[in-house]
Amino acid sequence: MDSLSPATAPAHIDPNTFTFPAWQRSDGRKGIRNIVAVAYLVECAHHVARRIVDKSGRDDVHLIGFPGCYPNQYALDMMQALCTHPNVGGVVLVSLGCESFNREALRKAVEASGRPVEVFVIQQEGGTASTIQKGVDAVSRIRAIADTTPKTEMKTSELVIGTICGGSDGTSGITANPAVGRAFDTLGAIGSACVFEETGELIGCEKIMASRAITPELGVELEACVQKAETYYSIMGFGSFAPGNSDGGLTTLEEKSMGAYSKSGSAPICGILKPGDVPPTGGLYLLDVVPDGEPRFGFPNISDNAEIVEMIACGCHLTLFTTGRGSVVGSAISPVIKVCANPETYRRLEGDMDVDAGRIMEGRATLDEVGAEITDLILRVSAGEPSKSEAMGHQEFILTYKAFDPVGPACLPLKRA
Amino acid sequence: MSTHASFILLHGDDNVLVCRARAEAGETVAVDDQILTLTSPIEVGHKIARRDLSIGDKIYKYGAPIGSMTTDAKAGDHVHMHNMQSDYIKTHTREATHG
Repeated sequence: MDSLSPATAPAHIDPNTFTFPAWQRSDGRKGIRNIVAVAYLVECAHHVARRIVDKSGRDDVHLIGFPGCYPNQYALDMMQALCTHPNVGGVVLVSLGCESFNREALRKAVEASGRPVEVFVIQQEGGTASTIQKGVDAVSRIRAIADTTPKTEMKTSELVIGTICGGSDGTSGITANPAVGRAFDTLGAIGSACVFEETGELIGCEKIMASRAITPELGVELEACVQKAETYYSIMGFGSFAPGNSDGGLTTLEEKSMGAYSKSGSAPICGILKPGDVPPTGGLYLLDVVPDGEPRFGFPNISDNAEIVEMIACGCHLTLFTTGRGSVVGSAISPVIKVCANPETYRRLEGDMDVDAGRIMEGRATLDEVGAEITDLILRVSAGEPSKSEAMGHQEFILTYKAFDPVGPACLPLKRA
Repeated sequence: MSTHASFILLHGDDNVLVCRARAEAGETVAVDDQILTLTSPIEVGHKIARRDLSIGDKIYKYGAPIGSMTTDAKAGDHVHMHNMQSDYIKTHTREATHG
C-alpha cells in the first residue's frame, strides 16, 4: 500500500440528507443524548452528588454543579441553560441548604421545560448517607421518566456544534484547526449553528475577523470584544497561553491566535453569543467568553472545560476539541470529539484521539479529506456513536463566577422565519 | 549531510518556515534559492528563519504578523522565545508566578 494514502477510503455520509434519531424536547429543540444530570448547588454538596452519580452505576447519569456559596446571576443562568439543554432528559438537584444558590428558581426552570426534577437538601434529608440513598432512588425515577421522552428524527441543519482548542502547538494552526474550519464551512452552509470561542485567543486577529462580519455594525462589535479580552488579560497579567504551547513551537499569543482563528473556517460571521445564548439561526457565531466590566472573579475561564461548559450552555450538542500537545478531556452533557493536530502526539495518545489530523503535517492527507472525516464523525456521534472520551467516561465539568452584560443589538441576526 | 525536506512555507509573505518532522542540527534545508544549515535540533511545529532577521523585525506566519525579533538571527536559526516576543501580551513560562 502506498504509505501516503489513507489506510481506507471511507464512504462519507451525505450531510444534506442524513437524519438520525433524537429526543424531542418541549421547547422544540432536539437532543442527541438523553442524560440525567445530578447537580450540586454548592461545593458542600459535591461529595453527596458525586456518590449519587457513582452509585447509580450508569454512563448516562452525569455530575454537574456550581461550587460557590455567594449568589451569581451568571451561575444561575448557566445552570438553567445546562439543566434544560436538549441533551438532558431530567435533573436531580443536591443542595446543602444554607448556600445562596436559588434552587427554587432552578427547579422551576427545569419543571417549566417539561423535564422531571427532584430536589434534595442535605440539611433536611438527614445528612450524607440518607441523601445519597434518596438521591440514588430519585435518579432511578427520573431516569425512568426521561426514558419515556418521545423520539424523533433530527437533521444536520438542526445541530449546534462548538469548537475549542486546548494544548495547542505549532501544528494546530496548520492541521486540526483549519480542518475543523472546513467541517464548519460544510455544516454551516447546510444550516447547522457553528460556534467558535475564546476571544483571548483571537488577539491579533480582530481586524481580519471583523472583515468577515455580515454587517459593519457586527464587525465593530467583533473588534470590540477582542479589545475587551486584551484589556482583561493584560490586567490578569497572563495571556491565554500555557507553557505547553511554547514547548510545542508557539512563541507568541498572536501566533497562537492565528492558528486558533482558523477553526472558524471561511464563512461569514453572523453573530456574537455570550455564554448561555442559543444561536437564533444556523451559521457561524463567535462566543464571547470574557466577562464584562472590571475584572472581578479572576481569569475568564480557568481551564478548557469551563469553555466547553459555556458552549454547551449555548445549546451545543457536541464539541470539537483540537489539540496539539494532547488533551484527554471530555465533558458532561455533550460529547467531545478530539481532533489531534500533531502526528507525534497522535502516535503517543491514539486511544484518546478521534481524528488524526497530523496526517496533514506528514503529507498523508489533505485538509479537505480530514475536514470531510470530521464532518462524518460529527454525524456518526450525533447518531449515537460514542466519541473516544465519551466511551472512556470522561465527564469533566467546571463552572465558576463570572459577570456578563447581554449582547448588544448588532450582535445577533434576525431569527429565521 | 542530508537535505531536510520537512519545512513548510505557510504563506508567500512569511519570513519563517514551520517544521513538519524533527530535524537535527547540521541538517540542511533548501529554502528559496539557498541551502541553510540548521544550527540546533528543531521539533515538529517549531519555526526557523527563512532569511537573516534583525532585532525589531516583524515575524510573519500565515501571512500575518505574530511578533517581533528581540535579537538578530541568521537564516536557518530556530525562531522562538529566545529571540522573538509578542507585540501584544508577553508570553509566560512555567517559572512565572505572577504577571
